[in-house]
Amino acid sequence: MIALLMRDLRLAVRAGGGFGLGLAFFLIVTVMVPFSVGPESDLLARIAPGVLWLGALLSCLLSLDRLLALDWEDGSLDLLATAPLPLEAVVSIKALAHWITTGLPLVLAAPMLGVLLNLPLEGFKWVLISLLLGTPALSVIGTFGAALTVGLKRGGLLLSLLVMPLYVPTLIFGAEAARRGAMGMVVETPLLMLAGISAGVIALMPFASAAVLRINLR
Amino acid sequence: MSIWEYANPRKFLHTSERVMPVLWVSAGLLMAIGLIWGFFFTPDDYRQGSTVKIIFLHVPAALMAINAWFMMLVASLIWVVRRHHVSALAAKAAAPVGIVMTLIALATGAIWGQPMWGTWWAWDPRLTSFLVLALFYLGYIALWEAIDNPDTAADLTAILCLVGTVFAVLSRYAVNFWNQGLHQGASLSLDEKENVADAFSNPLYVCMIGFGLFFLAMVFYRTGTEIRARRIKALMARQRQEA
Repeated sequence: MIALLMRDLRLAVRAGGGFGLGLAFFLIVTVMVPFSVGPESDLLARIAPGVLWLGALLSCLLSLDRLLALDWEDGSLDLLATAPLPLEAVVSIKALAHWITTGLPLVLAAPMLGVLLNLPLEGFKWVLISLLLGTPALSVIGTFGAALTVGLKRGGLLLSLLVMPLYVPTLIFGAEAARRGAMGMVVETPLLMLAGISAGVIALMPFASAAVLRINLR
Repeated sequence: MSIWEYANPRKFLHTSERVMPVLWVSAGLLMAIGLIWGFFFTPDDYRQGSTVKIIFLHVPAALMAINAWFMMLVASLIWVVRRHHVSALAAKAAAPVGIVMTLIALATGAIWGQPMWGTWWAWDPRLTSFLVLALFYLGYIALWEAIDNPDTAADLTAILCLVGTVFAVLSRYAVNFWNQGLHQGASLSLDEKENVADAFSNPLYVCMIGFGLFFLAMVFYRTGTEIRARRIKALMARQRQEA
């Protein structure tokens, strides 16, 4: 399992482009927001947590179709499926690798981009914490979407259509927690719900992803 | 005699063809009675005026929008467990009907909301969760259309339906938490005091039963079409092989 994780990480870093792409997209989305809503700093401060969450979600989505498609194309997915490792573990590791290469950099970049959006000072901590708790769920749910569409030509658009509704609860609780934190309100409830979603999704989703992948590899 | 013998497409077609005229006629009759009764023979509400009559379209459509997804869930489970093709095709056939019902509910809700709340749309939990439901239907239908192999498509959409149900329920509570909105709570139940007055609820029940039968007839009809389409495909494949 560790070998697989290291392989995926190494591939992600060395394959060029893919690794930094999510971050660059996150930056672009964040920079575009003031252009579209106007540069008033009060308004930006108010919407900053939501914008950061949405930007992180979109960049996560952007990188999903590479998650399994490359392994599918060169046939290593078939090898992984016949390996002694259960497929549930394989998809979990894939999701973990995706989170380390996409989710974690996004979490770390969010405070930097928060400065651009005039995020209130007490908001930084909560944006960071909520993203840290929420992005694993995004990766795991995304792996399910990637497994659903892996055999399809040009499945990328379909992938986003399928995954977006599944992201709704995570986005709501995550952005709500960040928003409340930035406004200095109590954050426990949404934060706990977010953690609950992440934990539940990490526990159950790999089974669905593996089932879907088995059907696609049949 | 068990329900599973309808998993045989021939038996299903045979029976559904005999049942369908009854369904169409009774659904049409009940809908006509309910809607005409509702639109022309109920009093205007003392606060809402005549706009209250949108309820006779809005509530049954919303009811069927949710129940269609529930029926797809049951059909998908049957496909996953017992692998009856008719079941998978019934789920496929129900989805477009379900999304149309969802859109009717959203549209009539907007038309109703404009004079009552002063807005076409509000990010209210009920409205938002219906929009998300429409997105789920869209994804489900798109996935069916995207896959060539019918068995793979049935398997994948079945799992999407199961996962989607969990997330649809989760979204429902998430949006509830996110924003408390304008939409009133349920106003039809047996034990509550704040029910809709009898003058409205009686035609409403007729409409709901009518919509339900209409949905059933549509699903039978569309499932039959799917079965025949698949037969034609098989025949053409065989012809090509022989040629």
